[in-house]
This record gives sequence, structure tokens and C-alpha cells, in this order.
Amino acid sequence: MKKYAYFPGCSLEKIAHSYHLSAIETTRKLGVELKELEDWNCCGATTYFHVDELLAYTLAARNLAMAEKDGLDLVAPCSGCFKNMYFAAAHLKRDPDLAEHINFALEEDNLHFSGKIAVRHLIEIFVNDVGLEEIKKKVSHPLNGLRVAPYYGCQILRPRKDHEDVERPQFFEDLMSAIGADPVDYPLKLHCCGGSLIITSRPAALSVVRSLLQCAVDRGAAVIATACPLCQVNLECYQQQVNQEFGTKFSLPILYFTQLLGLALGIPPKPLGIGKELISLGPILLQTR
Amino acid sequence: MERIGVYVCHCGTNIAGTVDVEGVARWAESLPGVVVARDYKFMCSSSGQELIEEDIKELGLTRVVVAACSPHMHEPTFRRACERAGLNPYLFEMANIREHCSWTTNDKAAATEKAKAMISGAVRRVALHQPLEPMLAPINPNTLVVGGGIAGIQTALEIADAGHHVYLVEREPSIGGHMAQFDKTFPTLDCSACILTPKMVSVGQHPNITLLSWSEVENVDGYVGSFKARVRKRARYVNEELCTGCGICVEKCPWKVTDDVFEAGFAKRKVIYMPFPQAVPKYPVLDRPNCVYFKKGTCKACQKFCPTGAIDFEQQDQILELEVGNIILATGYDLFDCRRIPQYQYGRLDNVFTSLEFERMSNAAGTTAGRIVLRDGKTEPKSVAIVHCVGSRDENYNPYCSAICCMASLKFAHLVKEKTGAEVYNFYIDIRAYHKGYEEFYHRLLEEGVHFIRGKVAEITDVARLPGEEGKLIVQAEDTLLGKQRRVPVDMVLLAAALEPRRDAKETAKLFGISCSADRWFIEKHPKLDPVATMTEGVFVAGCAQGPKDIPASVVQGAAAAARVLGRIQQREIALEPIRASINQDQCSGCRICNNLCPFNAILFHEDRMVSEVNPALCQGCGTCVAACPAGAIAGTGFSNEQILAQIEGLLLLHIGNGRKVTEAREAVPA
Repeated sequence: MKKYAYFPGCSLEKIAHSYHLSAIETTRKLGVELKELEDWNCCGATTYFHVDELLAYTLAARNLAMAEKDGLDLVAPCSGCFKNMYFAAAHLKRDPDLAEHINFALEEDNLHFSGKIAVRHLIEIFVNDVGLEEIKKKVSHPLNGLRVAPYYGCQILRPRKDHEDVERPQFFEDLMSAIGADPVDYPLKLHCCGGSLIITSRPAALSVVRSLLQCAVDRGAAVIATACPLCQVNLECYQQQVNQEFGTKFSLPILYFTQLLGLALGIPPKPLGIGKELISLGPILLQTR
Repeated sequence: MERIGVYVCHCGTNIAGTVDVEGVARWAESLPGVVVARDYKFMCSSSGQELIEEDIKELGLTRVVVAACSPHMHEPTFRRACERAGLNPYLFEMANIREHCSWTTNDKAAATEKAKAMISGAVRRVALHQPLEPMLAPINPNTLVVGGGIAGIQTALEIADAGHHVYLVEREPSIGGHMAQFDKTFPTLDCSACILTPKMVSVGQHPNITLLSWSEVENVDGYVGSFKARVRKRARYVNEELCTGCGICVEKCPWKVTDDVFEAGFAKRKVIYMPFPQAVPKYPVLDRPNCVYFKKGTCKACQKFCPTGAIDFEQQDQILELEVGNIILATGYDLFDCRRIPQYQYGRLDNVFTSLEFERMSNAAGTTAGRIVLRDGKTEPKSVAIVHCVGSRDENYNPYCSAICCMASLKFAHLVKEKTGAEVYNFYIDIRAYHKGYEEFYHRLLEEGVHFIRGKVAEITDVARLPGEEGKLIVQAEDTLLGKQRRVPVDMVLLAAALEPRRDAKETAKLFGISCSADRWFIEKHPKLDPVATMTEGVFVAGCAQGPKDIPASVVQGAAAAARVLGRIQQREIALEPIRASINQDQCSGCRICNNLCPFNAILFHEDRMVSEVNPALCQGCGTCVAACPAGAIAGTGFSNEQILAQIEGLLLLHIGNGRKVTEAREAVPA
């Protein structure tokens, strides 16, 4: 059984609770154990690294050190958490002076960062570790003909982490194909969802959300699949505002990829957190059952 | 005891600014064997050289050390000075206290210490030098030119016109290279073919040029003055003796395939074909893998209609052995594959074109007869974006500037404007218009009303967001002069693709015993002062094979390489550096480790006696084999173990004390 240290992050406790539920259900079904870090703390989010670098790295290092203590690679379902901890680990490995400084503080907690473990995004675990062939074998309710727009968002791939294909990745599409769905060619799949711009510049954010929705609809998508809580919120919760602002009539469900995967694996909707959406899934559920 | 003279150069302030040259010279007088040590403002000046010559004569010096710049610069100068004063030039040693010392630090004390160490190493080494005599090798007056683009054509014609024979080997069916594909040339806008074809015809008809097209060099042996090159002349399936070049076979051939080479994938050609009407030589080539006769055994249309019976399906490749004295590589470049930048959508969105596709489109002899149209073959664009630096000046692809794309893009903009009246938007990082008439051309374009937007294009998309974008290609870039994001909807996008080294540049370099830079361009001997020679004697480079350059620069290099070769031929023989490796035949175990390591293919293996031997004329004295020989059977002239160890002892002098040996010092250093 594959085992990982699991870092849910704050979003998955509340607004993205369905992401958390579906992550746990689908991994269990596929024989993957997610062991939640005890007493994990904030990843630093989008702001802290710009406010106080040292403290932000220390926060991230504490999570990393706890996973290291368990000897497990760290998995984050939220793209923001993933990016912060990935770069914190990489940065501390490159800067031994800083790591030493931070380790001095971590010692208070009986923790030590040495950079031995990897930081992974949840979607990688399915695509690379479990493997698409294995997933195909376990699919009992293939989502035949469901037209899904796979929306990567920005932080899984960017900033460039290694030599991955940041311009035209294909793994999300491949995962959707593996569960029987029909991934649409979605040219904006790597574009920004607006991020926290919705707070600071609402018109700009709404315009971005609008083009993401319009493009998905134009390409015939029945649902957008995401791998990030912030993308999900921006695309779903602000859809109504987009409609008001631009006179559009979008009613496009936005699901976590784990929810679609769960349905295909034959998990009932409720344990996957389905049923709490702002935009009805009715037609999709009919199509998949 | 040798009588050694030491001369420390100030090199203006290049050395004296960091090294206490007077102090170093005074100190050097105390070294064993040194009878005179002087410092001087410029040792390389006439009076500096005379200083050495006088000392040799008056003080009876038997060895000379000059501490100055790199031996690449002035070793020959000082060797000649020694020779003029009657001293064997190899009884001289140079200590590089500029590039290796004064230029590397601002710390005066450290630089002075290091200069002392280097001089002391040179003094100990020079005492063990042996007098050497240069070797003379005859120069075969025939020359091999590889590549028949404009650089190769120019170089072949210069040498042939001077009365010497040239073998011009070209991989494609015709010479002409990329220049034959172009429509107009910048900045004069004269027709590329009109200025190129007269030169091609001259090559084809020149009594001193043997043109081997559809051929490749497979192997090179030998050394400057007497290379042997094995060339494969591939079967054309056309008998050149009988063929008149009438073209009836091409006309009658019922099969067409996409022409990925000459037409850049933009048009089709017949299976038996001449790449273009002015091809030289005029004989067609039959593309065997696509020929229906070769695949299915029937057809032979070309043979049936050929009026002179020149089609020969039985023809075989020919292997030619050429003997030449010098080789010029003018193998050109490949165009960057724009598919590697997926966000520019080449190959996905129909109306994104590469620069070479545009050249073929704009060319009157091309498939659209010179009309600028969209991929549908009929619609004229009303707006066109030209993206500069596609694959150049980009650390994800090639960090270097491809040198020609700015001017080519300006030319495209002019042609689009002239032929269609469309709005043209140039997206550029910097405009580099740096040669005669180029800046003026740029200004002409500005006056013609072409738009210039300074910003690297982020992406090209067909996803409309704003009114007016539907059905268009949208080019998104940050306009760095306005400080704003811009989305420009257009009908057509042209990508000014980078120039890249040939796919097989590394193999070619290995074949001819030269080196490639990290980005795979061939390395010249000196980037400023010896731009067409290479570190391998007798092998020269010209044109884009050495780095991106435009037509005028390629012609200049072609002519320059020819001048270098003609100079060689004129001398009839060449003096070779006597710095050579030699193998002690009694000690050689025949393991052959050195055979493959030698970058110059200079080591022969005698199967009968099971020993290796160095060909002294081919050896460049690099020392690789000397270091690699497990039996210690190889010695390098001028680099004997004794000489190297003495130099190391000298270098460590300040640490181990005068007169002591390295072996003793080892005990003094705690483990």
C-alpha cells in the first residue's frame, strides 16, 4: 500500500471540504493511504512570503519536517500549498545557512528539516504513482461521453519546477480519458482563474472568469474539472456575478477531479461531497449513473 | 648550468596595475640559473624584443622566459626574437601572468605572489627544454569544400578562379542552400535568386570545380596538406552523361510528395524532381523511398518518356576517394522547429507560418506564385503579426541572437504591406539593424506605417475574449513601452524562427576533427582575429556553420576562408609545430586506449606488431594520449614528465622552499 503524509491545508477544512472528502475516498479505493500530518500549520498562503520570508519559510519547513519525521513524502491537494512547500523545500536545500537557522527554531519542537522527502501534488499521485492503467482497471462506472474541460490552473505547473511540460501538459486529459470521460481541447487550461484578484480588482477577475467559462462552453464542455480550491471558488461562486455583469447565462458545474474520479470508481455522490454545489449537477449525475 | 633570462612585461597597466612587476623582476634574479631579469613596459614592442636579442648575444643566454600575456597571443613573437639572436626558438617559455593572473583578481599582493610562482615554474621548466626543429609538410593544392550554400559557393569560386581545383560536396540535389529559397534580400530588396543563380551557374561550369551534389563526406583521414576524404555520391537513378535536364521525366512522373526541404513543407514536388528550376546541376534526382517503381515494381513512367534513355534504376551509390590539402566547412544551419514553442500554436492554428514558409509563399516561383494568402490558398490577410526572436534570445531554447531575424522580419513587413496593404504588427524585443543600410531600412518601414510593439509575445490564441476578436488569431504581449498588456487580433502570424546548428553538427565536427561550442556552432580559432580557421590545421569554417549570420557576412567568410587556403597553397609546404606525442614501441602493450581518444585521428595501430604509432604530421600535441596511456609509453615532445614536474616544483617554490623537491614537500604537509 502506498502511503503519504497528507497536508489538507485550510481550504479543505471548510470551503473545499468536498475536495477533502473525495480525496480521502478515492485514494482509499485505489489502495493509497493518506496519513494526515498531526498539528499541521498554515502553508504561508499567497501573502506570507512577501511579508516575512524567514517566518514564511519556517512555517513551511515545520510541515516538511513533520512529514520527514514520519519518513513519508508530503502530498498537498491544494495547488497553492503544493507550490509553497515545493519551493520552500527546494530553496532550503539550496541555502544551507537558512536551513540551519530555521532548524535552530524547529529544534524547540523536536523537528529537523533535511530535505529528504519529496513534495507532491495530489493529482500526481493518481497519474504517476497509482498509474492510469491501474485506475482504468478499477473504473466501474465510466463517465462515457461526459465532456470535461480539464483546468490545470497555474500553480501545479508554474513556476517551472523541473523539466515538466508547462506549455502543453496532457496528464489531466489522460486522467479524464482513463475514467471514460471525453476531455475537451481547452486552450485556456493553464490560464489564471483570477486568484485573489476577486478581492482587489473585481472587474478584472470577473473578466478572467468569464473568458474561462466562455471558452469551456464554446468547446462543448459539460463540466470543468479543477485541482485547486481557489480555481473552484472563482469559477463556481462568481458565475452568477459574471452572468449579471456580462449578461451571460452560464450554468456550468465546477467539480474537483477527485469527485469525477470517485463517481467513475463507483463511490456514491454523497461521500464525495456532491450535493453542496451552487450549480446543479443534475444532468451530469444522470449521465454518469 | 643554463644561463636564463627573465623578462616581465607591464602590458601598460594590464599587468603592472595588479602585479608589482619591478619587485617580481628583482626577485626573479635570485632564482637558480637566472643571469638577468628585467621588467619592461611592452615586451612585445620592437624595443622589448631587441632587449631579449641583445641579452642573448651579450650575456650568452641559453634559455629565455617571458612573463606576459597568453602564449596564444605572443609566443610566436618571442620565439622569432630568440631565433633572430641565434637561439633555438623552443628554448623559450612563456608565463601567462595576464589572463591567468593579473586579470583574475584585484588583490595586488596575491597577484604578485602568483606571478612569482608562475615565473619560477617557467624558469625550472625552461632549463630542461630541448632544441626542436619544425617539421615541413607539403600542401596538396586541391581543396574540399563541404556545403554548397552561398558561403560554400563563394569560397569554391574564389579558389577555383585563382587556378586551383575544388571539390564541392553538397548533400542536397542542388547547390544554392537557403539563399535559393528566399524571395527578396534585405535591405536592398533585390531578388535572391537573381543574384545567386549567376554564381551557381559559374560553379556548375567552372573547369576547376568538381561539383558533387547529392553526396556526403563519410570519412576523413590525414592532416593538413594531405587529407584523404571518402565521399559517397548517392545514386540519382539518372545517368548524368545522358541526361540533358529537359525535365520531361519530372513532368511525366505521376506521383507527388510534400517537399519538406526546399519548399519547407509548403508545397509538393514530384518523386523524380529538381528542387527548383535553376538547380545546379540540372540533373533530377529520383526519391527512391517514395518511388512507386521501387515500392511496387511498376510505373517507370520517367524511363518510358525520357528521350535520351538517362533513367537508370540499377544505378548504385559511388564511393570517391579525394585527396586534398585543405578543407572548408560551410555546412550552414537548420531552422528552429517552431512546434517546440506550443504557445505560438504553429502546426495547430492554420494561419501561423514560419519565416521559411513565408519566403516560399512570397517567392514568385513558389506555390502561390508570390501571392500572400492564408492557408486556404486564396484569402488575402488584412492584418499580419510578425513575431521576432522565436527560439532566439530565450533561455528555454537558444540564448543567442540569431542575427538575421530582425532584418528578415522588416523585409517580411515590407513585402506584406506592398503586396496586400495589410496592417502589419512587429512584436520585437530589440530591433538590431546594425549593418550598412539596415538602420535606414528600419526607418523606411517606420515611414511605411508598419506598427512596432516592443514586447515578447506571450501567446497566440484563437480564443476570443473581446469584441473584434472572433475568427481572428489574437497575439497577446506586454507592450513594454506602454507598460500595458495588448491583444492584437490578426489574420496571419509569421514566426521569425531562430537559426540553429545543423542537427548533425556534432557528428560533422567529429568527422573533421574540430570542436563545437556548447550551443553546437563550430568553434573558430579566435573569435576576432582568426574567425575562419579552426584549432585543426587545414580545416576552415565559413558561413552559418560557425554561427548565425546574414548573406553578406557569409560571403565575407567564404572569401576569407578561400584567402587563407590560397595562402597555404601558395606556400607549397607548411611548417608544423614540433610539439608531438611519440609512442615508445617497446613499452606499448597494444591496448589501443589511445587510438579512440585521439581527437585528431593521429594514432595508427599496427595489427602485425600489435603496437600503436603516432603520425607526427597529424598529431596536434594535445597530450590526451600521453595522459591516458596506462603503460606510460607515450611522451609528448616539450611536455616530458621531467619538464612538467620541474614546472610544478617551481610553482610550489614559495610553499616548499627553494631547492626542494615535490616528493620531499609531501612529507612536510600533514595528511
